[in-house]
Amino acid sequence: MLDIVNVKKTFNQKTVNERTALDSVNLHLDEEDFVTVIGGNGAGKSTLLNAVAGVWPVDSGSIVIDGMDVTDMPEHRRAAVLGRVFQDPMMGTAATMQIEENLALAARRGQRRTLKSGITREERDVYRSQLAELGLGLEDRMTAKVGLLSGGQRQALTLLMATLKKPKLLLLDEHTAALDPRTAAKVLELSEKIIRENRLMTLMVTHNMKDAIRYGNRLIMMNGGKIILDVSGEEKKQLTIERLMEAFAEASGESFVNDRMLLS
Amino acid sequence: MNLLSLLNALPGAVAQGLIWGIMAIGVFITYKVLDLADLTVDGTMATGGAVCVMLMLNGWNVWLALLCAMAAGMLAGLVTGLFHTGMGIPAILAGILTQLSLYSLNLAVMDFKANQGINVTKYQLIVSQRNVRTADLSNPIFITLLILVLLIGILYWFFGTETGSALRATGANDAMSRAQGINTKRTKILGLIISNGIVALASALLAHYQGFVDVNMGRGAIVIGLAAVIISEVLFSKLFRNFALKLLGVSIGAVLYFIVIQVVLWLGLNTNLLKLLSALIVAAFLGLPYWRAGLAAKHHRKGEHGHA
Ligand SMILES: Nc1ncnc2c1ncn2[C@@H]1O[C@H](COP(=O)(O)OP(=O)(O)OP(=O)(O)O)[C@@H](O)[C@H]1O
Ligand SMILES: [Mg+2]
Repeated sequence: MLDIVNVKKTFNQKTVNERTALDSVNLHLDEEDFVTVIGGNGAGKSTLLNAVAGVWPVDSGSIVIDGMDVTDMPEHRRAAVLGRVFQDPMMGTAATMQIEENLALAARRGQRRTLKSGITREERDVYRSQLAELGLGLEDRMTAKVGLLSGGQRQALTLLMATLKKPKLLLLDEHTAALDPRTAAKVLELSEKIIRENRLMTLMVTHNMKDAIRYGNRLIMMNGGKIILDVSGEEKKQLTIERLMEAFAEASGESFVNDRMLLS
Repeated sequence: MNLLSLLNALPGAVAQGLIWGIMAIGVFITYKVLDLADLTVDGTMATGGAVCVMLMLNGWNVWLALLCAMAAGMLAGLVTGLFHTGMGIPAILAGILTQLSLYSLNLAVMDFKANQGINVTKYQLIVSQRNVRTADLSNPIFITLLILVLLIGILYWFFGTETGSALRATGANDAMSRAQGINTKRTKILGLIISNGIVALASALLAHYQGFVDVNMGRGAIVIGLAAVIISEVLFSKLFRNFALKLLGVSIGAVLYFIVIQVVLWLGLNTNLLKLLSALIVAAFLGLPYWRAGLAAKHHRKGEHGHA
């Protein structure tokens, strides 16, 4: 379960650049909820995910993951219960380290790092079979530096790293936006498969309305740092792009002006 | 200029190069592995020698003194690490602050004298310039080489452990490391501690080698360390992929640096201009990748033009 209660975040407080990115956000996720998050540029989607991940402290409110209050917990400690994939394929992996080394790092998330070997033989076998499941041929390149991989391969690897140790919550922030359409579709399929098989509670930000409708059991829409729409169950299944745009206009009092969303 | 005098000076250059090679490995850990430029080392490169020599002059056992020298260096690294991660001071500035305080501290350790000698006939020194041409186990080249190999072995093991991997990950991608649950503040501090401990070891060995410690002996150390790192990168980056070999490459880089310096001096360069020369060489090599990228882009544009 995830409980976000009254969370506020203002950047550059008391300067001309002051910007309220989260305006008293409340959100409750049930176990196994797969929530897609949409909204225009600057709506606060990434900020919401970063607040949960603990990239910086929030101004007020509380964040509780699975009964554990993480509001004042540093980012690296929350990581024990979180899996994260970022928009930038460069961001989720260590380019100068090997594929298997990256996986070994991820496998130790939330564990004390000791003076034991950084990777064991048994681990390698596990990684090999898990990489094989991605269907990208990475299982034959386990000692290759991650920097040599394509964006799609890196995102698939990051996804595997994020879920290698089953997280309580998976945070995907436009993790297919930097990929070409075919690769993006593949990585998205893969994400859905992993989420389904592991029954992961997930927040997935996307700019693609079709994807937001197709995937997950619930959809939220953000605008101006607020959640302005929250649809789930049957209603979510019946959603159409037209209906979403209407809802946006109703809730925000603006018409939907976002090329990226309309085009995709 | 006769060739014999150059050849005569070479063993000394090699011995010094190897000692500085140890120092350069310390720089490699911060600059390459952690991706931090740590200027503490200019101070630590005198601290190790100061602590070791003064303790020995006060009757301490040589190995115990050496251990304390390393501990002093590690403490300096810890301070820089705390300045950087605990107070948010940029790494370069944090290093400069520690380096500056070390200048006073080093003087204090040395009884407020700029220099303290230690006589090889009276004290048991680990390495000494005097033996640089002897063909037995007391030769500083042999002993330093032994220490170097041991050090590389330990570091190779350490950077393969969970903690060592976390340290490498921190240097490779800070945000990713935190997302994978690594306390990057702690790994940075740890890296600075290890690096400065190694530099202090080199400092103590250098003081032994030359038979005295000088409060200024670390001035410009970072540049020599970087020179060694860069030389090894230019010469061996294709050849040495393995971590242990990379460390070896860095020490070879330091030896080459000192041989080149020796040759330049032999050609008649004024000793006082050495630091200028070193800085210019390092600047040029640091700029190399930048120029190369620019050239490649130009080439690329031209290529595309040709095809159109
Ligand atoms: N680290 C930061 N420092 C200052 N301002 C920030 C920071 N992060 C986000 N903001 C601001 O907060 C607001 C919300 O940004 P956020 O990144 O959450 O939007 P988003 O919904 O993810 O948009 P996009 O679709 O463009 O990714 C924006 O006005 C943005 O400029
Ligand atoms: Mg965003």
